[in-house]
Amino acid sequence: MIMAVIEITKQNYEKEVIESDKTVLLDFWAPWCAPCRAASPIVEELSNDESLNIKVCKVNVDDEPEIAYNYGIVSIPTFVVVKGGSMVAKKVGLQSLESLKELVGAE
Amino acid sequence: MIYDTVIVGKGPAGVSAAIYLARANLRVLVIGKGYGALEGASVIENYYGFSEPIDARILHENGMKQAKRLGAEILEDEVIDISQNYEDGSFSVSTPNEKFLAKSVLLATGKARKNLKIPGFMDFLGKGISFCAICDGFFFKGKRIGVIGSGDYAAHEAQELVRFSKDITIFTNGKEAESDKFPPEVKFVKDKILKISGEDKVEKIETELNNYQIDGIFVAEGTAGAGDFALKLGIVTKDDNILVDSGYMTNIPGIFAAGDCIGGLLQIAKAVSDGANVSISIKSYLKNKNGKGK
Repeated sequence: MIMAVIEITKQNYEKEVIESDKTVLLDFWAPWCAPCRAASPIVEELSNDESLNIKVCKVNVDDEPEIAYNYGIVSIPTFVVVKGGSMVAKKVGLQSLESLKELVGAE
Repeated sequence: MIYDTVIVGKGPAGVSAAIYLARANLRVLVIGKGYGALEGASVIENYYGFSEPIDARILHENGMKQAKRLGAEILEDEVIDISQNYEDGSFSVSTPNEKFLAKSVLLATGKARKNLKIPGFMDFLGKGISFCAICDGFFFKGKRIGVIGSGDYAAHEAQELVRFSKDITIFTNGKEAESDKFPPEVKFVKDKILKISGEDKVEKIETELNNYQIDGIFVAEGTAGAGDFALKLGIVTKDDNILVDSGYMTNIPGIFAAGDCIGGLLQIAKAVSDGANVSISIKSYLKNKNGKGK
């Protein structure tokens, strides 16, 4: 089964991110950001790797500035790992697939 | 008019690639200022075929003459921006005064990333220090922005940033402003930066003469290198080197990299070898793209 990348909005944020029983990777992006567009296929590939057992989500900072603000995002793309409702890791800038896998494995 | 390849950087990797591509009858433009890492080496004595040490400048000038004789165009200028045109996938390569269209781009600018040796700099990367105005200007709407730099590249970044804030200070870090393209509304601070400080994000730039409250810092010192273009285009890097596949292509189809910016041995022989190899890949990329070959 191919897992889709979930678009996060204020409406589904609590349910999909905070209440998730899986580790969540948040990809903060915007349509006008070229490196964010380049990250998109990498993030999709990550979401298709079932062995990781994670949930992959995207947050459009243009549409959801409050969520971005709450995670202290001042540069995009930024990747945030959330476990049990709390941020456990954060990495700024475009990442390789390997680097993202390493990040979601971080405690 | 569209070039088959625009090569950014005219050190041995870029010029070697230009030689091979020009001989294959492709339209090639090389843009660069100075001659990179070779400037630091006065004589070269480990490069094949020269029985006596050779002056680095002469080696460089001969390479350029050779590329020109074979039909490559060479422009002594600085590239301040590279962007992809989403309608047809072509690239625009900008200098302060001109814009060139290309089907493919080769990054051969020398070492990819230059971090500033200012106390606090590494601590605030991604916490208010950015290398990409077009990506991150959005987060500093109406806020106090500092740009570190003094030349055309810094002016280009400042032009992007005035769309977001009118409160922009250019920190030249001990230099004179070297560009006439700074937006009129910017202020200049010309003394040396001593420190970048703050709690969990950038709050202050401390210089020799004063302290400045700043919310976001954009780094654009000197000329833009492969690392700067990588950040803006979304090219994957690893350990400050541009990541390429076995054909020297980055994760963005049509953008290639060669020489010191991809890491490995920082030697002329390796840069020349990269230049030859990447030219083969560029030729096959263009052939597939054009469908019918050249």
